[in-house]
Amino acid sequence: MATTTNDHAADIDRHVRVYITVFVALMVLTVITVAISRVHLSVPLAVTAALLVATVKGSLVACYFMHLISEKKLILAVLALTVVFFVVLIALPVATHSDGFWMR
Amino acid sequence: MEIPYTVEVRRDTGLTNGRIGIWLFLASEVMLFGALFASYILIRTGAVSWPRGDTILDVPLATFNTLVLISSSVTMVMAWASLMRHRFGTFRIYMGLTILFGFVFLTVKYFEYSHHLHIGEVPSTNNFLAIYYTLTGLHMLHVAGGMAVNAYLWGPGAKLWQTNPQWFTNRVEHSGLFWHFVDLVWIFLFPTLYLL
Repeated sequence: MATTTNDHAADIDRHVRVYITVFVALMVLTVITVAISRVHLSVPLAVTAALLVATVKGSLVACYFMHLISEKKLILAVLALTVVFFVVLIALPVATHSDGFWMR
Repeated sequence: MEIPYTVEVRRDTGLTNGRIGIWLFLASEVMLFGALFASYILIRTGAVSWPRGDTILDVPLATFNTLVLISSSVTMVMAWASLMRHRFGTFRIYMGLTILFGFVFLTVKYFEYSHHLHIGEVPSTNNFLAIYYTLTGLHMLHVAGGMAVNAYLWGPGAKLWQTNPQWFTNRVEHSGLFWHFVDLVWIFLFPTLYLL
């Protein structure tokens, strides 16, 4: 988080309100995730929907609970590099099965 | 010898050593779980057939556990916010709740594992169960590790608050970052294993 323990203490009340809002949003999104799984969608659509909701939830946790939204550039640069390697890691097995699995 | 830059920020990074350290560690954790997710994709897409998670696993229990872990993330960040407000007593309550939620999560997983093992569903049964046990087992180890650190900060480690409150607050913040990461991993594990 960008704030240190020395400063911005006055902003904590505002932060707490944000935490509660995010908490409610995460709860609602969890219910939505389960509800979507009850609708029998095709594999590509089900995967897309589930990962989309999970990504929104993950972003909320990272941005607000982990305070990435106000983090220093050095940390963001480290994470950007991590994301690049992560995407390559995930893309490799996906690419090897681009011959029909995702169409089923 | 005193540990440098635990409270004051380094001029070159603009960060305390602890904060950049925990983020570098989390970056390595992303790659660790990323490798396992990649393996999951490779195994699943290469399989002739693959069971839907909800035909084997207990979705209501896992949904409950998801809500528990999300709640623990909120109590963790509230514990840190309490220290920022100089309310040590409130910190103790929120940190205690975080540890309790972690314990509830592990207890539910224990019952889940027990059920599967009891009916002979072991990692060697099939690839689905192998990847299920590997991913959730590693995640559980992370939950247990986070709980151990949080318990230390709740108990004996809290003495630091008396002598150096800012350093203690930073420690809680770093422990919180790890705990939120554990929550984040579960947010992706839950639909991947249980719902798809």
